[in-house]
Amino acid sequence: MKPVLLTDFGSTYTKLTAVDVDTARVLGTAAAYTTVQTDVNDGFSSALRQLESKTGGIEYAERYACSSAAGGLRMIVSGLVPELTLEAARMASLGAGAKLVGQFSFELTEDDIDQIRYVKPDIFLLVGGTNGGNTACILHNAKMLAAMHPDFPIIVAGNRSAARQCEQILAGCRVRVCENVMPKFGLLRTEQTQTAIREIFLSRIIQAKGLDHASEMMNDILMPTPAAVLKALELLSGGFGDELGIGELAAVDVGGATTDVYSICEGMPRQMNTVYKGIPEPYAKRTVEGDIGMRYSVLGILDAVGARRLAELSGISEDRVETLCRMLSEQTDFVPECDGELAHLDYALACMAVSTAAKRHAGTIEETYTLLGQTFVQAGKDLTTVRRVVATGGSLIHSSRVREIASHFCYDPTDPASLRPKNAEILIDSSYILAAMGLLSTHYPLAALQIMKRMIQ
Amino acid sequence: MQTEQARKKVLVIGVIGADVHAVGNKILYHAFTEAGFDVVNLGVMVSQEEYISAAIESDADAIVVSSLYGQGELDCRGMREKCDEAGLLGIPLVVGGNIVVGKQKFEDVEKRFHAMGFDRAFPPGTPPETTIDALRELLHMDAAAGSEAAAV
Repeated sequence: MKPVLLTDFGSTYTKLTAVDVDTARVLGTAAAYTTVQTDVNDGFSSALRQLESKTGGIEYAERYACSSAAGGLRMIVSGLVPELTLEAARMASLGAGAKLVGQFSFELTEDDIDQIRYVKPDIFLLVGGTNGGNTACILHNAKMLAAMHPDFPIIVAGNRSAARQCEQILAGCRVRVCENVMPKFGLLRTEQTQTAIREIFLSRIIQAKGLDHASEMMNDILMPTPAAVLKALELLSGGFGDELGIGELAAVDVGGATTDVYSICEGMPRQMNTVYKGIPEPYAKRTVEGDIGMRYSVLGILDAVGARRLAELSGISEDRVETLCRMLSEQTDFVPECDGELAHLDYALACMAVSTAAKRHAGTIEETYTLLGQTFVQAGKDLTTVRRVVATGGSLIHSSRVREIASHFCYDPTDPASLRPKNAEILIDSSYILAAMGLLSTHYPLAALQIMKRMIQ
Repeated sequence: MQTEQARKKVLVIGVIGADVHAVGNKILYHAFTEAGFDVVNLGVMVSQEEYISAAIESDADAIVVSSLYGQGELDCRGMREKCDEAGLLGIPLVVGGNIVVGKQKFEDVEKRFHAMGFDRAFPPGTPPETTIDALRELLHMDAAAGSEAAAV
């Protein structure tokens, strides 16, 4: 037996998963409140005691952790055109597990700088211009940033013709220059930037967030939690060596404040008569809906779908739905009793959170008629042939109607333009192990894959 | 490494509107590339906004609009004004193909496109070389430097 302990310092819970990598099985899981405000070890120790009460005392061979505690990895991005280099920067950051706390296109203004100063990001990603293209914008933005004497690290990943000059303008700041996230029109190159984000996260942010005490007990805090989840899903989809993966998939995690959606698939047009518009999206794509969540962002769900739809799903009157949503947005730690009015509302909210976030993640298709006949215009990823949707996250997996809720991820006949999965099986991450398996996969991919295939059903 | 002096002239090209004629677009892409331009090809069914966004990011020297299905005049209306709004002041706009419906005197068509702010308009059947010469002239490129670039 070779036991490994995997810890996820989440924003609310510190979750522990003990695994035996020799036999590829989970020995036990436990969770306790994250205590990053005081000493993060308190929450960890309390979870560990719980775990040991189930598994008995274990001498762990290795310990790894990921974290989204203390606000997660908070990033601001700035690019030139919103749909082009800014979008590329957004995708690079979200794919690295960041939480976007600001995004700016074109030239930064004094007001933007005030906001950046107020928000205090963990990392700033500065991009703009394809290689050989526009340099004026990124140089202007570098000057604006330099003038505010930023105490956060800046990653420069824009037009290579301006990279060196940006570095000089920002002399005295912590600057990393990476490959342009969009070197040519329509070409995404996010790997180097994502590596830099991860390295900065490891070298600085863990300490800044009071997690360095925890790292004394860990071999490594490896990555932000969403990056671990994305890594786990890529492994589950693609397989490892001779062990097959389960193929193209999507995943959804509805939280209290945000809803994360992941897709691991190609998603490009399959038909000759379909034209693709916009920049191509990553094979492993993550989006985060900051206005869609079960508590802090409950009013965002109400705004997105309207009280009538929530009333239909919950069987509660529209007026009452609005009143209760306002109540939930204030009482963010509210847990409804089984089968009460609020349990029905929570069901409706979760369904619509999944549906709204899936719709925003998935691509769209539009039918047009040209002189050569019917043509389709696709923007974003086509998920219609994705066969599996994984539901994860506390508010989904603890619901008795999780499969019904997660099925709202799929194709909606009343909204045929949204390219969501048409025939997907719903899989549940019922033991909440995805992040842990992403961590495990950095050293033991085969064991991580075998555990996921067995436990995520 | 690309120095400032050696920077090729950047063209943004594509077929405008609900037009899916892809062949001419590919021919132009190859012809312009061969002639030493750096070409950002947006393909077919391109909106005015897409040309403009791509031109901003790539710091384009000119936009070349193709239209084969007769609706070019409608599709191109307001493009110069949008370029002005987006900060692409004075960027050369070139259009060519079957840009209007039916048989019309091309001088009239050309006049209308000039009035819409297009620097050059070309009738159906224009060989790529003609457009290339016009672009070189518009972009004040020395013919010798152009052929040198083409040889690279």
